[in-house]
Amino acid sequence: MTPFWLHPSLILIFGALLLPLVPARLKRGFLVLVPLGVFARVLTMSQGTFGEVHVLDWALVFGRVDALSQVFGYIMALMCILGTLYGLHVKEDTQHIAAWFYVAGSIGAIYAGDFIVLFLFWELMAFSSVFLIWFRRRPQSLGAGFRYLLVHVAGGLALLGGMVWHCKTQGSWAFIQLDVHNPTPAIYLIMVGFILNAAVPPLHAWLPDAYGEATFNGSVFMCAFTTKTAVYALCRGFAGMEILVPLGVAMALYGVIYAVLENDCRRLLAYHIISQVGYMVAGVGLGTQMAVNGACAHAFAHILYKGLLFMGCGSVLHMTGESRFTELGGLWKKMPLAFVFTLIGGLSISAFPLFSGFVSKSMIVSAGFEEKKLWVGFLLLLASAGTFLHTGLKVPYFIWFGKNKPKPEVWNRAAEPPANMNIAMAITSFLCIFIGCYPVWLYRMLPYPDEAMKYLPQVYSSYHISETLQILLFTGLGFFLLLKKLVPDPTISLDMDWFYRMGGRAFLWVARKPVQIADTFVGELYRLAGLVPLMITASVAGIFDNRIIDGFVDGLAESIRGIGQRLRWAQRGQMQESLAFAFVVAAVLIVGFVFYWSR
Amino acid sequence: MKLVESLGQMLVRLIEYLQNRLKTVVWACCGVLALLILCDVVIKLPHLHSDEPWFEKLPVFWSIFGFIGCALIIILSKWYGHAGIMTREDYYGPEEGEKAPPHHHD
Repeated sequence: MTPFWLHPSLILIFGALLLPLVPARLKRGFLVLVPLGVFARVLTMSQGTFGEVHVLDWALVFGRVDALSQVFGYIMALMCILGTLYGLHVKEDTQHIAAWFYVAGSIGAIYAGDFIVLFLFWELMAFSSVFLIWFRRRPQSLGAGFRYLLVHVAGGLALLGGMVWHCKTQGSWAFIQLDVHNPTPAIYLIMVGFILNAAVPPLHAWLPDAYGEATFNGSVFMCAFTTKTAVYALCRGFAGMEILVPLGVAMALYGVIYAVLENDCRRLLAYHIISQVGYMVAGVGLGTQMAVNGACAHAFAHILYKGLLFMGCGSVLHMTGESRFTELGGLWKKMPLAFVFTLIGGLSISAFPLFSGFVSKSMIVSAGFEEKKLWVGFLLLLASAGTFLHTGLKVPYFIWFGKNKPKPEVWNRAAEPPANMNIAMAITSFLCIFIGCYPVWLYRMLPYPDEAMKYLPQVYSSYHISETLQILLFTGLGFFLLLKKLVPDPTISLDMDWFYRMGGRAFLWVARKPVQIADTFVGELYRLAGLVPLMITASVAGIFDNRIIDGFVDGLAESIRGIGQRLRWAQRGQMQESLAFAFVVAAVLIVGFVFYWSR
Repeated sequence: MKLVESLGQMLVRLIEYLQNRLKTVVWACCGVLALLILCDVVIKLPHLHSDEPWFEKLPVFWSIFGFIGCALIIILSKWYGHAGIMTREDYYGPEEGEKAPPHHHD
């Protein structure tokens, strides 16, 4: 065992455990101090391998600190400060505890040096973040949370199976760059586990389902950590995996298409996470130093501007209780500051010059063009036009302007959010503009800083500015010309979650239907064999019928009704619990099988 | 909070000012678009990549790309949505759908 090394996640975990004991008047201070402590710890860590623990035959590494893990650790710790500040006024301790455990999981996975530690923190993330959905306490939050958990447990299983298989064949648990040019089934399984968390279609539907349903500040946390931890894991293990390029490009466009159809502003933003993470996944797939730099830089910038967008829309939800475009409109008079902050987030995600997305997204697009993969560059630029169309134009327009008038109860509640929310949004806005204006700050942190600095002169070259402005402003022209087509409808859009939401029901329907038929049949039998003969032979067979036939049929009907009752019970939450249990059993079986098979 | 209020009032006044001069704002935006095209056609900007690809030689290529891209995204997505993907809010049932009014909650 190496000398004690203070893991940043440990600060969060202890902070979370101590939080309920902190007196109410000191609580706000404590809530700010703990994330600041984590950030300070991340800043003071020197590079190297720390926190080695020997358990049985395993040498677990909790602290692999290098350029790649540091850039992700830095932004996660920073986002933890901003997210906590944004929800500072939330009185419920458990919400903060869940959020901090979630961040601890993410930071722990980022600094993990081997698969076992990675997996432990990976699962901590899933199991703590689900509470951020449940705490919204709507009837549908429960279902969304269970679906989120089920999908992540399934992804965790793929990861677990893959890593055990991989490690038994390789003889090492170290989490390093995998042999992506000769991928084995085990490597593919690990990849499935990672890309499920990165929300790569068709494994993406959990994201809009969950992020649209979480609490107003829960979504601010969720939009930052799960997908970007997966991007880190892909950067670490899968740089140059070619299949990630088409997957990433498909993601970038998929998110944009669904965002056109979406009526809920937070679900729209969630679809844009899929789109933006698509850039990062494509960057990892390209695998060049510039592309991996781009993926990291874009993850860094994305965490800030997406956090800001979720903060802006979250403040609308928090103040008005609404997040649907069809129920909002004209809020500029009531929430002008929230409008400006959301607009800054929108301009950043759209990669406007002087905003953060401009200096990060272009790296990946340029890497695509430089690799002579023109289709990658073009399709990513097309997705970029779509991003501005929705996040830069549609979101601000239909919430703060538009012809729609909200209902009086929504309108009367609308006002600027509490000060702490405004401060968090102001700081995040500042950072988005700061990175856009001074990219050197970000570029120096990247895994290949020299390569990044070589790219620096290209970023603000006149051609790049002209190219970007032409694409964006002419997209703007298209938006206003086709505005009528973009007016949101009060609908939801079917996505891949349809298969497991309706598939489960189909299964239950098939299971229940025969029972219902039997129940009806027995009821009919009871009527015919019980009541009709009774009327004819009432005087003769009265005693016999009452005591024997009735008793038998009643008992049968009762037991069939009992089965039906149980099936109805199983259809509720308990069914999902059973499924979760089935996944756990499957996990045990997979591990057992792989250990036995590879011995 | 006073700072927030006065900043908010300033913004409201600015937006009102612009809304009262909507025509001028629209013309100014058109002017910016024209200026962009003019820059691209008249001034030969040094290009981004080491070997100039064919599309970078075409004038106003990116303007056309942006405009057509935007129109394509809107039209194709709407077509896809109306092909059966967009459905009523309570499709997944009253309890699981998004129909139930969201209530204010901290």
